[in-house]
Amino acid sequence: MNSNRRYEIRLSGSGGQGLIMAGIILAEASSLYGGYNAIQSQSYGPEARGGASKAEVIISPDEIFFPKAQKLDLLLSLSQDACDKYYHDLKGDGILVVDTTYVKAVPHHERVYAHPFTRIAIEKMGKAIVTNILCLGALAGIVKYVKLEHLKKTLKDRLPEHLLELNLKALDEGHGLIG
Amino acid sequence: MANKERKMLLQGNEACALGALDAGCRFFAGYPITPSTEIAEKLSEELPKVGGRFIQMEDELGSICACIGASAMGRKSLTSTSGPGFSLMQEGIGYACCTEMPVVIVNVMRGGPSTGLPTAPAQGDVQQARYGSHGDHEIIVLSASTVAECYHQTVRAFNLAEKYRTPVIMLIDEVVAHMRQNVVLPDAKDLEIIDRKHPQVHPDWYHPYDNENQVPVLADFGEGYRYHVTGLIHDENGYPTTVTEEVTAFIMRINRKISENVDDICRIEYLGSARPDVLVVAYGSVMLTAQEAILKVKEKHKLNVGLVRIDTLWPFPDQLLDKLIDKVKKTCKKIVIAEMNFGQVYREIERINRGRLPLDAYFQVNGELIQPDAIYKKITGVKK
Repeated sequence: MNSNRRYEIRLSGSGGQGLIMAGIILAEASSLYGGYNAIQSQSYGPEARGGASKAEVIISPDEIFFPKAQKLDLLLSLSQDACDKYYHDLKGDGILVVDTTYVKAVPHHERVYAHPFTRIAIEKMGKAIVTNILCLGALAGIVKYVKLEHLKKTLKDRLPEHLLELNLKALDEGHGLIG
Repeated sequence: MANKERKMLLQGNEACALGALDAGCRFFAGYPITPSTEIAEKLSEELPKVGGRFIQMEDELGSICACIGASAMGRKSLTSTSGPGFSLMQEGIGYACCTEMPVVIVNVMRGGPSTGLPTAPAQGDVQQARYGSHGDHEIIVLSASTVAECYHQTVRAFNLAEKYRTPVIMLIDEVVAHMRQNVVLPDAKDLEIIDRKHPQVHPDWYHPYDNENQVPVLADFGEGYRYHVTGLIHDENGYPTTVTEEVTAFIMRINRKISENVDDICRIEYLGSARPDVLVVAYGSVMLTAQEAILKVKEKHKLNVGLVRIDTLWPFPDQLLDKLIDKVKKTCKKIVIAEMNFGQVYREIERINRGRLPLDAYFQVNGELIQPDAIYKKITGVKK
């Protein structure tokens, strides 16, 4: 609804897929290192466990006022439920990113990135738990306000040494999926 | 502590916790409750690092009373809660008013009544914050609409609590409390911090509730001054009294120490046009909705919009708003008040407005933050 430069991202899936953490890392990378403004929020309550859960990040070079997403510029869906529930909030020219490990019925949409993120995480990284980070790597290739190097710096701030290498590899792997 | 500006991504709740620490808070007693829990969580990590104490209490009655006790010992004290806990704290808040113990209470408003909507925002506690505790008393209540304001207003809450020896309530809502925003916090050393005064006289000459001082100089327990503390109306030595003159002197003083200092306590922020066609009044997260709505109005209409953010909810900023209405009444066609309750601030504006300008309102009580379109429609419904 705005001609201002706010960019609205919703990360969606099931509870336990690390979406809120991914949202926080995304907001930190784009604001603390990217120099943009960011607001991150999430849904709380019973729906945060199982079912469709979501984290939102709004990024803008301008001051951000309304803290909730209205019409999404990008929707990441790691589950069929979430994709079905939130797809209608995506702008016509918005970008849909889906994990085809779980999303089998991908909506007909012009701008879609469909990759089996979870399967890649398991096969290449040996751990499904880094799927969220792998997805962030992919977003860095799609969203102009998100840079791979800023995500790497944020991970270095947040993660202990023994987890860092795996997560940095996951970022690169995800980023490599986007041509 | 950090010794320079801090660039961070923080939740409103975390910003309240950091503001409290930087203001010198060294005691927290609370009973975790959504959507305020992150305040307790943060302070449970941070207070021990600076020699402070964190206690998870059995309930909210115990929490507020532990804070009053710690304050009597000289510690700047904080508790945080939400609606159900805030209701339970009212007795303690009244006791802190009567005994003049500084204490800060953060109430993160969620949907009510009763246990209501634990994870959803509301602004239904505005009048409870003012009148929730019985008896004639004044109270200071501050609001915040961004993460940065959460930090600065919490610092201010402690300063006002210390300066006027009174409980101060930070009234924020779930949206502001839970959203994360990038902020730059100042070097804590650059903050103006107010600490309570200590008695200088010999203990034999000490009158703890001396009515000659608008704000009494109360000794910390253990400092060497013996005095009595009670929620009964007390004389200048702190002992219960029913003598009319003494009761009058006490009641007038504890009310006047706030009502006669509204110039210092009350703050509003005016944004936007100096000659508005429409004036919007908001506070808390609805302020963010209003700002978004006004962006859209500017794109599509030639209307001039003024926006008032109410930073001090109580004492209500009567004089400031009275002057503002006088200033804008020539061009302004109406005042729009938007809030997540059924008109708790609206009625105050109505009282101050005295019919000078038409009032319009958008009230929403459904657990959701008001959408920009709702306020946009109210603003653009005006014919220029």
